[in-house]
Amino acid sequence: MSFIPGQPVTAVVQRIEIRKLRQGEHLILGFSIGGGIDQDPGQNPFSEDKSDKGIYVTRVTPEGPAEVAGLMMGDKVMQVNGWDMTMVTHDQARKRLTKKNEDVVRLLVASLLCNASPFVQTEFAI
Amino acid sequence: MDTESTYSGYSYYSGRSRGSHRHGERSRDHHKSRSKDGSRSEKSVTINAPPAEPLLGDSSVLGEEVQDDNWGETTTAVTGTSEHSLSQEDIVRITKDLEDSVGLDCRRYFSLTLAVVLGLLVFLTPLAFLALPHLLWPDKLLVCGTACEGLFISVAFKLLILLLAVWALFFRAPRAGLPRVFVFRALLAVLVLLFVVSYWLFYGVRILDSQDENYQGIVQYAVSLVDALLFIHYLAIVLLELRQLQPAFSVCVTRSTDGETRHYNLGQLSIQRAALAIIENYYRDFSVHNPALLTASKSRAAKHLAGLKVYNVDGPGNNAATGLAHSQSRAMIAAAARRRDTNHNELYYEEAEHERRVRKRKARLVVAVEEAFTHIKRMQEEEQKKAPGDVMDPREAAQAIFPSMARSLQKYLRTTRQQHCHSMESIQQHLAFCITNNMTPKAFLESYLNPGPTLQYGRERWLARQWTLVSEASVTSGLKEGAIFLLKCIDFSLVVTTKRIPYIQLSEEFIDPKSHKFVLRLQSETSV
Repeated sequence: MSFIPGQPVTAVVQRIEIRKLRQGEHLILGFSIGGGIDQDPGQNPFSEDKSDKGIYVTRVTPEGPAEVAGLMMGDKVMQVNGWDMTMVTHDQARKRLTKKNEDVVRLLVASLLCNASPFVQTEFAI
Repeated sequence: MDTESTYSGYSYYSGRSRGSHRHGERSRDHHKSRSKDGSRSEKSVTINAPPAEPLLGDSSVLGEEVQDDNWGETTTAVTGTSEHSLSQEDIVRITKDLEDSVGLDCRRYFSLTLAVVLGLLVFLTPLAFLALPHLLWPDKLLVCGTACEGLFISVAFKLLILLLAVWALFFRAPRAGLPRVFVFRALLAVLVLLFVVSYWLFYGVRILDSQDENYQGIVQYAVSLVDALLFIHYLAIVLLELRQLQPAFSVCVTRSTDGETRHYNLGQLSIQRAALAIIENYYRDFSVHNPALLTASKSRAAKHLAGLKVYNVDGPGNNAATGLAHSQSRAMIAAAARRRDTNHNELYYEEAEHERRVRKRKARLVVAVEEAFTHIKRMQEEEQKKAPGDVMDPREAAQAIFPSMARSLQKYLRTTRQQHCHSMESIQQHLAFCITNNMTPKAFLESYLNPGPTLQYGRERWLARQWTLVSEASVTSGLKEGAIFLLKCIDFSLVVTTKRIPYIQLSEEFIDPKSHKFVLRLQSETSV
């Protein structure tokens, strides 16, 4: 999943649809993200290429909506509802995922693990 | 002096007679002596001497000995038997002393006389140049004007400076005696002699014969001689003193008995002067040589050898000597490898036990000494006048508290095998010294807990007083990359290897102080 600036990124991705859960007055998805273009990519334990500044799933709460939908720890989030997640800051990523008027988020994730079934092979131009 | 590094006997012989044959012999003996010293006890002696003397001890694996009927006897013996080695040692010591007293004194006095004669010649020559015209043709001489008399003063002062400088450089008491003549000094002496002789020649032909009347010219000639001598003296300073100050070589000095190693940086010196510098540093840096510490490894080695005996069943003269030696040594090695060896186990447990014992004794010693020191208190001046009774000076105070710590100190020294390095008297002296100088118990114990350098102990404990320089290259040649020589003492030797200090190419990098800037690198995790 390393990228060369200016070249399209090729990745094996899968679509995951997560239905948000209402907890009190918050809508939660049940996972944590790390990474972003304003963060230190060297400390990311899940990335193959330590200069990858993408958004990664760092934790999945058990029995939460994300786990139910099939999201795994270590996945890289490529798109959220059509918005690109490969070149965003951490805060922008958080905002895209926690929009109050959206009940469902459709993620495009690229998984590290080999048992991820390749639904779609997509090309992104950056 | 005890620290003379010479036995002019050996290099004397080698220089004098036997010529090229001797040279080959020396390198072979040197080779053998190195391999022997590694394998045998420190009490036995290898002699770099005429090959007519029988060589003691093990057969070397080089197999160079000639097969003879007694060969089998000496091979299987355990080395280091005291009778043989001691008597050999005594002989060596006696012969060395004899040669030393006769050869060295002659040489020293001879060179001293030469130096004094040369010095006198040099000093009196300008004066002679100035005085001779007045003596030989006083009436023809032109009157000496003011400028000429000014030159007299300059000659006088320059001669005085030259006198002081020559005394400072050449006539001080020597610190050591070296085996061969100091090449640079000899060259300088020859240069000065040639110089003075040529000046005399010129003077004799042009001035004395023609009876020159221009006295000012003669005085200027004398002044030029003194100036040139001062410049030669400057050259002497550079060659003798300054040239060796810049480090050019790094020498690695290893003691052959226990492997203690130190590294020193030396300048461009001849091998004998480098040896002198190394010996001076040896007394300061290396811990004192303690033969009692080597008994354990020797007994292990003896057990190895004693286990195997090799018999020659084919009889002497059947095979070539070298082939026999090779096959025998190979048989021994193979047998040793096959035998199941549990020596390492013994060594491990023995060492652990010894360590424990040393630590226990050390703890007892430290406690005893600390307690003993609490009994002594320094009295101030005012108190001294008030209570005159029972006041002791440091020696008495040391004698008073010594018995309480004597036993634990004795036991500790015995466990660490240092008891022969310290006598009761020396311990009490050291205690008095520490008390006088307000030292703590820890400071007092420091010299007993760690074996110090050789200089710390009295002369009779040094075991390192007579040194022999063993070198394949000539000892007056300079140090070179890869030169190896030995400094032999009776009990051990120092192996010296030389390496050149590498050429260092230093480059510079400028960092603008304003260029030190930092950013915060975050790694935050947000749950969504």
